[in-house]
Amino acid sequence: MGWFDRYRRGTFDRGIHPPANKHFSTGSDIEIVPCPERVVLPLQQNVGGPCTPVVKPRQKVTWGELIGRGEAFVSSALHAPVTGTVERSVMTTLANGRHMPAIAIRTDDPGLQRQDLWDAVFGGPWPKDCIGIYEPQQIHEAILDAGIVGLGGAAFPTHVKINPNPQKPIHTLVVNGCECEPYLTSDEQLMRQAPDAIIAGAFLASYAVGAQRVIIGVEDNKPEAAESLRQSVGRTGIEVRLLRTKYPQGSEKHLIKAVVGREVPLGGLPADVGVAIGNVGTMAAVARAVVRSRPLTHRVICVTGAGVAQPKNLLVPIGISIGELIDYCGGLTADAARIVAGGPMMGFAVADRTTPVTKGTSGITILTHEDTATAAAGPCVRCGRCVEVCPMGLVPTKLAQAARTGDLRLARRYNILACFECGACAYSCPARIPLVQWIRAGKAQVARSQGR
Amino acid sequence: MTMKASGMEKTDLKNASVDPTLTEVAPSPHLVEGGRTTRRMMIDVLVALAPLVGAAIYFFRWSAVRQMAICLAACLTVEALCALMRRRRPPLADGSAAVTAIILALSLPATAPWYAGVIGSMVAIGIGKALFGGLGMNLFNPAMVGRAFVMISFAGALGAAGYQDAGSAIDIMTQATPLTAFQQSGVVTGLADLLIGRTNGSLGETSALACLAGGLFLCLRRSAAWRIPASMLAIAALFAILQTGFTAQGWTPAHHLCGGALLFGAFFIATDPVSSPLTPQGQMIYGAGIGALVMIIRIFSGYPEGVMFAVLLMNGLTPLINRWTIPPPFGEQ
Repeated sequence: MGWFDRYRRGTFDRGIHPPANKHFSTGSDIEIVPCPERVVLPLQQNVGGPCTPVVKPRQKVTWGELIGRGEAFVSSALHAPVTGTVERSVMTTLANGRHMPAIAIRTDDPGLQRQDLWDAVFGGPWPKDCIGIYEPQQIHEAILDAGIVGLGGAAFPTHVKINPNPQKPIHTLVVNGCECEPYLTSDEQLMRQAPDAIIAGAFLASYAVGAQRVIIGVEDNKPEAAESLRQSVGRTGIEVRLLRTKYPQGSEKHLIKAVVGREVPLGGLPADVGVAIGNVGTMAAVARAVVRSRPLTHRVICVTGAGVAQPKNLLVPIGISIGELIDYCGGLTADAARIVAGGPMMGFAVADRTTPVTKGTSGITILTHEDTATAAAGPCVRCGRCVEVCPMGLVPTKLAQAARTGDLRLARRYNILACFECGACAYSCPARIPLVQWIRAGKAQVARSQGR
Repeated sequence: MTMKASGMEKTDLKNASVDPTLTEVAPSPHLVEGGRTTRRMMIDVLVALAPLVGAAIYFFRWSAVRQMAICLAACLTVEALCALMRRRRPPLADGSAAVTAIILALSLPATAPWYAGVIGSMVAIGIGKALFGGLGMNLFNPAMVGRAFVMISFAGALGAAGYQDAGSAIDIMTQATPLTAFQQSGVVTGLADLLIGRTNGSLGETSALACLAGGLFLCLRRSAAWRIPASMLAIAALFAILQTGFTAQGWTPAHHLCGGALLFGAFFIATDPVSSPLTPQGQMIYGAGIGALVMIIRIFSGYPEGVMFAVLLMNGLTPLINRWTIPPPFGEQ
């Protein structure tokens, strides 16, 4: 029965099976990090436009107060995650290397601590079947006001996605509980510990977009998380579906393929196949915004890997520095080599430990020299392994070749812009060619030539 | 690809705290699949060739050992010389020259004179590979380039008739190869002999069972694209059935599949990744093309066997096949 059941579970075509390495922090209870002395909030934490500060230096702010307003349609509001005093404006560097202005707040009052903070953010009762209490427009506005962005890593503003559009009716809301990146466990632990908030948020979001169906996709290496959600479903009619574990199943398009069986057209959006999609953490944030009128100021994050002394899952305020989190987890081990914001497949290596946690930071993975050891790149022997694993059905080695030689026509013929840099090709390449890096450079060249 | 973070000290960030003792930065992905390297793939090929080498030594004795030793020495020497001429470190450790050497040796007859191995190796590595820019750059299968050169240059010694050596102490070497025997005198070799390899022929091609065992290992290890041998053998079988019908007597389709270099070629020559297409669909077309060409040469030409020419011809088409079979990306299928 076992293997056959597993085989029948949905998934997408191609992809890879990297070692999951979730054991460092899986199943460990979310700890509430003490309020930091200072937080740094970059003015752009999302895909789209930056927000405009609405506070001045030396101004006092309280937890949850609006400090930055999103001006563009695709942008998001920013709120104070602590009670304190705004410092003079600072510059900071995001994990992806972007340099950007930020609002720094020095904490005056630690505010809610430990269990009280948990209860305010995820704990306590959540109404799961509340049609008629909140109107779709009301839910949409609450999401907009709360500054919610996709918490799975992409940080796309949620109010843009959870927005009923009569031209493109939505029939299904897919909730992303895959967490397909190796090492990361923050979503898994959230599903285990706060299923009620996730279910409540998913129900509200589905009501707001007018979806008749809600399916939560969970990879089958997290049976406890799926069971926890199932226990919490109640009368909402939400389906929790196990998927065959494979990377990159947490990619929006591939999860939709795995769950609904349809392919989002190239260059299109999930709405083109009648689907809205959001991460489990995002759904919990939606419930918090609608039911408790609390903005997005905290998130769950894991600090994990063989390079950190005590891997943990943590509830942290946005804006706390990566270095503080590492210190909270007992510091680095002797053989730590690389600090990665995000998971090891798509995350960014950071050199500066003052880099703040942003809304989209799903974890900090600390790899050892052993983990990152690799040989020098050799010539491509055209084995076709990259073609076999590319979830987008591209020919990565040709894309890299086109980028290297600056042949933009070749790059376009092979659809370079469809690549979303999941890293499956570079992971599998026997010649250790940095395919993703070449393709990134090629995409930039193509984008530049099209802008001209 | 990695850069020590200590270089970041020059940053203009006032609050940056960079620990120079720790942390490298590098682009994602930060992990690679362990145990899968180009070298490992080449070693897989050598391991898969072991049963063929064993069968060759068993049936052809010292002439097999001698041929492989000559080719190995010549190929490695030429590879090293070519690298030194380009002021590079000889890439002998990647194993690709050794693979070319063994495949070339196994594709020569036991009767081949010593200079056939030496010249074949020089052409294989020097012209077939190094001239194009080394590993990964060549258009044609190096071993087959070398073999084609000596086959045509020394047609008398290496042509169909050259396989036979009436005065040899080894019994099978006094006979004609199964394909020649059938083409010229209608003599059908027993299937059991073809399977085990108790026939005359190129050193590595005679034992169908050894080819199958090594080939399956290669495909299961995914060091060879299974689609190439699969489509090649399927098309060859189809042609064989069209020619002979479903007969169980005389020269049957099974003889076509097990005789000659078809299996050796399908699993070890056609699957050379460098000179075969990248895309799954392209690999099917490529394999099918080789299978069809082999059978056309066998049935309609004066040559008893055509694997070498079929592979070289399809190598030439590989860039075009790649171009024809650009896969539709996700969302456009």
